[in-house]
Amino acid sequence: MTYFPEEVVEHIFSFLPLHSDRNTVSLVCRVWYEVERLSRRAVFVGNCYAVRPERLVQRFPNVRTLTVKGKPHFADFNLVPPDWGGYAGPWIDAAARSCMGLEELRMKRMVVLDENLELLARSFPRFKALVLISCEGFSTDGLAAIASHCKLLRELDLQENDVDDHGPRWLSCFPDSCTSLVSLNFACIKGEVNPGALERLVARSPNLRSLRLNRSVSVDTLSKILVRTPNLEDLGTGNLTDESESYLRLSSALEKCKMLRSLSGFWDASPICVPFIYPLCHHLTGLNLSYTPTLDYSDLTKMISRCVKLQRLWVLDCISDKGLQVVASSCKDLQELRVFPSDFYVAGYSVVTEEGLVAISSGCPKLSSLLYFCHQMTNEALITVAKNCPNFIRFRLCILEPKKPDAITNQPLDEGFGAIVRECKGLRRLSISGLLTDKVFMDIGKYGKQLEMLSIAFAGDSDKGMMHVMNGCKNLRKLEIRDSPFSDVALLGNVAKYETMRSLWMSGCNVTLKGCQVLATKMPMLNVEIMNELDESSEMEENHGDPSRVDKLYVYRTTAGARNDAPDFVKIL
Amino acid sequence: MEMIDAELRLGPPGSDVNVVVQPARTAAKRSSSAVKSEASGTGGGNDDDAAPASKVQVVGWPPVRAYRKNACHAAAEAASARTTTKKQGEQGGGGLYVKVSMDGAPYLRKVDLRTYGGYRELRDALDALFGCFSSSLPGFAIAYEDKDGDLMLAGDVPWDMFICSCKKLRIMRGSEAR
Repeated sequence: MTYFPEEVVEHIFSFLPLHSDRNTVSLVCRVWYEVERLSRRAVFVGNCYAVRPERLVQRFPNVRTLTVKGKPHFADFNLVPPDWGGYAGPWIDAAARSCMGLEELRMKRMVVLDENLELLARSFPRFKALVLISCEGFSTDGLAAIASHCKLLRELDLQENDVDDHGPRWLSCFPDSCTSLVSLNFACIKGEVNPGALERLVARSPNLRSLRLNRSVSVDTLSKILVRTPNLEDLGTGNLTDESESYLRLSSALEKCKMLRSLSGFWDASPICVPFIYPLCHHLTGLNLSYTPTLDYSDLTKMISRCVKLQRLWVLDCISDKGLQVVASSCKDLQELRVFPSDFYVAGYSVVTEEGLVAISSGCPKLSSLLYFCHQMTNEALITVAKNCPNFIRFRLCILEPKKPDAITNQPLDEGFGAIVRECKGLRRLSISGLLTDKVFMDIGKYGKQLEMLSIAFAGDSDKGMMHVMNGCKNLRKLEIRDSPFSDVALLGNVAKYETMRSLWMSGCNVTLKGCQVLATKMPMLNVEIMNELDESSEMEENHGDPSRVDKLYVYRTTAGARNDAPDFVKIL
Repeated sequence: MEMIDAELRLGPPGSDVNVVVQPARTAAKRSSSAVKSEASGTGGGNDDDAAPASKVQVVGWPPVRAYRKNACHAAAEAASARTTTKKQGEQGGGGLYVKVSMDGAPYLRKVDLRTYGGYRELRDALDALFGCFSSSLPGFAIAYEDKDGDLMLAGDVPWDMFICSCKKLRIMRGSEAR
């Protein structure tokens, strides 16, 4: 290979789609390192504190797509205190100085400020796509800057962000010359948008393929928009609360959208809207009804029973076991199912149980991705599910009551989850719940060879549990644990493992300050962050135990050293 | 009380360790310290005043994103607002849309009075639409045309009475309103 000119080497590298492969070739020799780094177009940073932004942009000055993830996953559930970190600013600043060719920025669980968006909008002349998922810290003013200045914008995709609403002005900031939009998702924007501005924007965007509206958009406005977008493939509706006559207009507009494959939104949907969706159903491959508590099991099943090509379905548990049976008999191509709870309290009446899951598993053998919130589960059901669906890649089961045993036998659910890891050889992500002993971890360690992410809550008896996982799961990248009896012994049982992982989260466990200090000393390439509740000292005394017990622990490998933006309540050892 | 000897040893991890672990008790204690009962609430969809013991919530559990929880609460509140105003209002179903004009603005807007809880929310909503109450502009006042066709200043009568009699809204310049 030394006889090949660099352009040829670069061309060969362009056939390597995976980041990991490109990372590997860059280790071969200096020449390859240089060729690779200068030709790298996409960089993925799984933990924004694992590497300094300046270092990254220096190494990859020609990057076009940058993906950065910030807070740990449990931040989604308010387990990470506010102001913990994950700031987008340093990344955008660094890129603005060194990567003029940046075209796409994707961020997840980061704090993005309006001034960051303004800098972004002005710094990259070829900027095309902004995707923000579960971010916060910005307002519609930041979006106005993006709309105003990114002349080649193709994609503005805002998923489940917490955005301050400063009025509808931002949408009108797209200039008349902006005709390049392919994807626009503003479903998470809380306030009104100007319907006229929206209609005009859509009218001058002939390439629009994906459009997700927010709650403020009426059926009338939606009808007017759809007339302009016959090539739309993915639609998130506005609210569907209007009177019946509006739906007639909507219906005739929808008929023109022959390419529509994916539907979501359904904000505040009235059951009146359901029949008007029927003509679309038999083409749909994706359907998200999980924000619609206003449709009951009967409305839902009338719609879903017609969706014979469905591959991805997100619903609320008001669909009930009966409804899931309808899904099982109608949607034979189903690959991904998510059933969310409509009542967030722990003790509720059972609408979705193990029966619904068993029905789905027997009717939908292609099922590979599951997120299932339910009130009860049995080992027998899980064993059946494992036999019916050996192709699970993601299996996340959340029994709403912590430590709830098998609903019939009252035994722990070790056997059931054990069957899942044993049968599903390709399992990459697993979340467990219910009453579980160390036995389940023995199985996870023994069979979970492809497992990359494991979420544990209120499970296990002793340190042996966590040790099974740490020693057995060869491909483990992310381990997150809450309220489980693992102590310093487990934390320190296999310290070298942490270098092969992205991160470890432990909260409500039995690790102590001393244990964390030992870890930090033994492994200088890890950041060991501890966060303690600002509890009254009286509670500490009551515990009699170690006042140095650590409430929250976040450990991650890094080349950047301790971060300098940590708030007071975070201690980095 | 746990004593953990974390020094280097020659055995495999987890062996020969003098640890007294009472995981069940500790875990139970841990869970109780993580439990916070919600006194009042953000539980918008729940009509109960006092949360019964079975409804005590564990922090961060169930693992549902805050965004999703907020969206469902907003949906539940909107739904119950629709049903309560349905009982109150003379017009059944749908919203109570009135035109809103602002002096100097080229086109009118429409707002659904049923979506606001009171005058403050109405004012904030109009400010979001027209930007009329930001400090840089001279004073504006909210006036409305009532059933008799008279131009009235908003705010004198209780909100519920107001939404029944309001036919049109007009945002007037302060100088004219005086």
